[in-house]
Amino acid sequence: MSEPISALNHASYDGIAKVEECGLQGMITLRGDLSDKVLAKAVKDATGQKVPGQREALVKGDTGVCWMSPDELLVLVQYAEVNAKLADIAGALSGTHALAANVSDARAVFRVSGPNAREVLGKLAPVDLSPDAFQPGQIRRSRLAQVAGAFWMDDAETFRVVCFRSAADYVFKLLKVAAQPGSEVGFY
Amino acid sequence: MLTLKCPFTGAMLDETELHCGGEAHRKRFGPGSSDEDFETYMFVRENRKGVHFELWLHAYGIGKWFIAARDTETLEVYGTYPAQTTEPPQDIKDAITAKRPGWSWREFE
Amino acid sequence: MSTRLAKQGRLIDRSKKVTFTFNGNSMQGYEGDTLASALLANDQMMVGRSFKYHRPRGVVASGAEEPNALVGLGQGNRFEPNQRATTTELFNGLTAVSQNHWPNLEYDIGAVNTALARFLPAGFYYKTFIHPKPFWKHVYEPFIRQSAGLGKAPDKDSRDADTYEHFYAFTDVLVIGGGVAGLQAAKTAAGSGAKVLLIEQTAHWGGRAPVDGGDVDGMPVDKFVEQLVSELETMGNVTMRNRCMGAGVYDHGYVLGYERLSDHAPGTQGPRHRLWRIRAKQVVTATGAIERPLSFAGNDVPGVMLASAMRDYVVNWGVTPGERVIVATNNDDAYRTGIILKQAGVDVLRVVDARPTAGPLAEEARALGIRVDPGKAIAKVKGGKRVKKVAICNQEGIGGAREEVECDAVAMSGGWSPVVHLWSHCGGKLIWDEAQAHFRPDPSRPPLGANGEGFVLAAGSSNGPLALPEVLTNADAAGKAAAKAAGFKPKSTKAPKGESMSEAAMEPVWLMPANAEIGLRMKSWLDFQNDVKVSDVQLAAREGYESVEHTKRYTTLGMATDQGKLSNINGLAILADALDAEIPKVGTTTFRPPYTPISMGAIGGEARGEVFQPIRRTPMHDWHDKNGADWEPVGHWRRTYAYVRPGESVHDAVNREVKNTRENLGLLDASTLGKLIVKGPDAGKFLDMMYTNMMSTLKVGKCRYGLMCSENGFLIDDGVVARIDEDTWLCHTTTGGAERIHAHMEEWLQTEWWDWKVYVANVTEQYAQVAVVGPNARKVLEKLGGMDVSKDALPFMEWRDGKIGDFDCRAYRISFSGELSFEIAVPASQGQAFWNDLMEAGKEFGVMPYGTECLHILRAEKGFIMIGDETDGTVIPQDLGLHWALSKKKEDYLGKRAHSRTHMADPDRWKLVGLETVDGSVIPDGAYAVGSGVNANGQRNMIGRVTSTYYSANLDRGIAMGLIKHGPDRMGEIVEFPGTDGKTYKAKIVDPIFYDKDGEKQNV
Repeated sequence: MSEPISALNHASYDGIAKVEECGLQGMITLRGDLSDKVLAKAVKDATGQKVPGQREALVKGDTGVCWMSPDELLVLVQYAEVNAKLADIAGALSGTHALAANVSDARAVFRVSGPNAREVLGKLAPVDLSPDAFQPGQIRRSRLAQVAGAFWMDDAETFRVVCFRSAADYVFKLLKVAAQPGSEVGFY
Repeated sequence: MLTLKCPFTGAMLDETELHCGGEAHRKRFGPGSSDEDFETYMFVRENRKGVHFELWLHAYGIGKWFIAARDTETLEVYGTYPAQTTEPPQDIKDAITAKRPGWSWREFE
Repeated sequence: MSTRLAKQGRLIDRSKKVTFTFNGNSMQGYEGDTLASALLANDQMMVGRSFKYHRPRGVVASGAEEPNALVGLGQGNRFEPNQRATTTELFNGLTAVSQNHWPNLEYDIGAVNTALARFLPAGFYYKTFIHPKPFWKHVYEPFIRQSAGLGKAPDKDSRDADTYEHFYAFTDVLVIGGGVAGLQAAKTAAGSGAKVLLIEQTAHWGGRAPVDGGDVDGMPVDKFVEQLVSELETMGNVTMRNRCMGAGVYDHGYVLGYERLSDHAPGTQGPRHRLWRIRAKQVVTATGAIERPLSFAGNDVPGVMLASAMRDYVVNWGVTPGERVIVATNNDDAYRTGIILKQAGVDVLRVVDARPTAGPLAEEARALGIRVDPGKAIAKVKGGKRVKKVAICNQEGIGGAREEVECDAVAMSGGWSPVVHLWSHCGGKLIWDEAQAHFRPDPSRPPLGANGEGFVLAAGSSNGPLALPEVLTNADAAGKAAAKAAGFKPKSTKAPKGESMSEAAMEPVWLMPANAEIGLRMKSWLDFQNDVKVSDVQLAAREGYESVEHTKRYTTLGMATDQGKLSNINGLAILADALDAEIPKVGTTTFRPPYTPISMGAIGGEARGEVFQPIRRTPMHDWHDKNGADWEPVGHWRRTYAYVRPGESVHDAVNREVKNTRENLGLLDASTLGKLIVKGPDAGKFLDMMYTNMMSTLKVGKCRYGLMCSENGFLIDDGVVARIDEDTWLCHTTTGGAERIHAHMEEWLQTEWWDWKVYVANVTEQYAQVAVVGPNARKVLEKLGGMDVSKDALPFMEWRDGKIGDFDCRAYRISFSGELSFEIAVPASQGQAFWNDLMEAGKEFGVMPYGTECLHILRAEKGFIMIGDETDGTVIPQDLGLHWALSKKKEDYLGKRAHSRTHMADPDRWKLVGLETVDGSVIPDGAYAVGSGVNANGQRNMIGRVTSTYYSANLDRGIAMGLIKHGPDRMGEIVEFPGTDGKTYKAKIVDPIFYDKDGEKQNV
């Protein structure tokens, strides 16, 4: 097999926050009945996490699971393991009405970190990102300027941002503009 | 620039995240239906000053459709609820009645 | 002359000199000056020319309401026209130029218009530029274009050097305006624990109060402001922003704030402007009030200024606009200007007070030795480019029996109008206040929010009260009410106690003198920038313009860049008088955002240059770019139109690709085609509804071409569907269609058939898909090794999973070119590597990449339709001869009911045919076919149009497809297509399949 390459191959930028493309991340879109026990077990086996509640992101490093909608999860696993985990999940759910698809290559993942990380995202997404409204453990799917994106916080100063692979270059440039030196807002 | 509460995520959504799908609670008429029924289904739309039911999609987001019961005159939002229903839930109807006694909209009141 | 005073100037730092230029002349000011104060300090009375008559114009105000002092600011990539000198903070190296004159400010040819003024009344343009009709294009339009616009547009080659951004802020209470009212409202709101954002358009806190004076809780008001500001600064739940204007208030608490970060220090790192997109639970507008001019003849001569502005220049910047000043007023407040000028050592010749008796402030003025003339009016100000003399008469009367007084400046005050713009933007209503003669917010009819309750509260003088004590109690209450409405519990604190001198009532004066004769009314300006006079509004009323909105547009009153901040109330009072109606009956024009003009850069935000628009890139994008790609936008995608080699034209490249793909081997990056997985027990049933043909019967391992119609019957998409397993299908969509069709499917699943068990996932970007096309296609895949791609192992319209070379892939044996063709999908992360291997292995087989134009030509040679070319939202499958794709077995599918409407079954619908030009030339794109006769407009009747037209290198001739009335029944007939180039193209109607009619080439 040839060496896989992520959309921007670890590009990074330092401004009022640090912006990095995270490289390859195993991602599985899982649609099904989130209250189903078989599904919950498949998620637990793949990630060690329970099925997240509304707008929850249960992520540790490159493994975890995010709530995407009432019938959709984003399962995060190591890139190298994605085919095996997908086969496990598909196997476990073979008797249930569900859909699991590998979307690792369909997406790009960024990390935005630093004390101004909230502000950088706050320039692009029409979302209340003040600490009392948005916390680590929560996920929001919204708009990053003109494209769709999802983000959650790994800790108080770090966001993970997911977008479509084709828009990776646009989103990276957007984040660079939003993180340009001298653009601190000082709102949060 | 409206803001609507998404009944699926519980989040307040900005109008720029949303796409409006027009009149809600339409009944589909397919093959075999009369010209009149098909015309009504396809082309005739409520255009009220006052209480209105509209489909909205969280387009930049979770991709789910919901219905907003709102007032096109005052911009008041009486409530939002998932689109998987053929008529407005009772609590939404009650909320409207509290503000607009005697309201009616198509077959609902 | 106007000059800098030895003392005064609370905002300037006399130790820091600042050098700037005006019309190329070097001048000096101080740090803290505005451009307007610095110009006045340099005795630059005239700063521009008015729009219509090119009259000399001087600074008239001191803030955002300024209509006159508009300049072109900056140079080159930072040049901006129409910038208000009064809101421009001075900095070293500032360059400003005046506007609307030629050859220069002092001597302006256009000023001849002022001599012709009596021939250029309101509506002149409407009445004149109508007849004769032929004049419009070549005489009137060029003339109007030449005289349109005030400032100069930036040079066409310059590019804005700055960056801009948006910021989404959410707050409980937003307070707009940082004067005493705004500060006090913010404090009481924040005291409840609510999150408060306080924005102020100027660089300073406190608004007018430090200039107007008074005491609060026993201390001078400026000290009170200082104390309030430092208190607010320490509160963790308060964010304060100056240089940030509340630009507009919109639905559901949405407010735009316009922050000017570096206008006062150009080139500073970071964005120049930031547009705050604020969502507030409650909004307090503490936007103050604006003084009204008085309407007397010559009130537009440079040196005539608002009384409050003159006071500002003295107190804030230590500048006096004149040495011998006359004050004209209808209220007590203007006496403060007289008093402050007098105290600063300026000769205040007299106060002309239109009221028969003056109030307590008059006594104070008299005590300082200022002459007060009650019951008097200004009949006329004399002087061209600056004030020279004032003729004084009785207010009652037509303006006779004048006394002339020499002076060099006039301070005028017609009373105060609350700034109700932001209250009004989202539907807040106004009431007429008889006592103050102004419109103020009607608290019982505020703008309504999402909960049906008001979400805007006006505070301070923007709410009506003008005196300090009432302003403070009003603002205190507004802050508390806002916090409460936002869901917080305000503390029960006492409002600060303000003290200021009591004032006698003002008296409305809409014209000075009251019955001014026509000669005076024709010189009494209402709108200084657009040159609208009292006589113009009266003329409009006589000509039947009763609505204030119509009068506005007829006369252009209030339509200048200041949007009538000074002129509106005076104008509508004149209109009301002329119509013999009450002012509130006439009403105001609509207040629309933004409050003052905001930059286009701020509106665009980050969306410029590289991120103007998203550009979607396939995994092989960079390779295409390095290999001569001529790009074509397809939605947000960029696809290669053709790979242009050195020395080739784009046309050459396309022809080379077209021939090579038919003769050897072509590669197409097909990654942009949509790929949707549809899975579930009801997936087959669902797809049978989505597509016009039957998908549920498709066998696992096979592919089928499908059509999608809207419920209205029109074609919306097409593509190949593959059945993956018992309950899973993979649907290909067009390049632009993935998101659209995904959304279309979800809409039906969520809003109509929500009980059907189907899940859809868009996996378009998971794969890089390469079309391997041409007689050598199989050879190159066999050379790479892996899965069996022989005719028997992978027949036409089937798919297999396997490996090619090193790559896990799914291979589809499908063809959009009529050639032997495979579409191979590999993981996107390996797309480039796969492409590289194909290019390398394909060398011996004559491989060339090809672009979208070649794709189009190849499919057109085969008569394959393209969504967006053959379809335009009005075309049904039957028009394109696709009856075979409409299932007769299915009871229902989207579009089926619509297809039985009479119009859809009309035999006269235009139908698809091939078109072969008689002389081999190429019919122009979009050309229409004409028949005999003419329509009601005298145009030739149309009988069809071209939908696709190309030069085919393989056939060495022009080929086209088109929709022609009764087309399929007219094979062999010649139709005419007049081109816009004057030529008429003759084409024969033929079968749309031009190449390999039996399909032998793809089936090998």
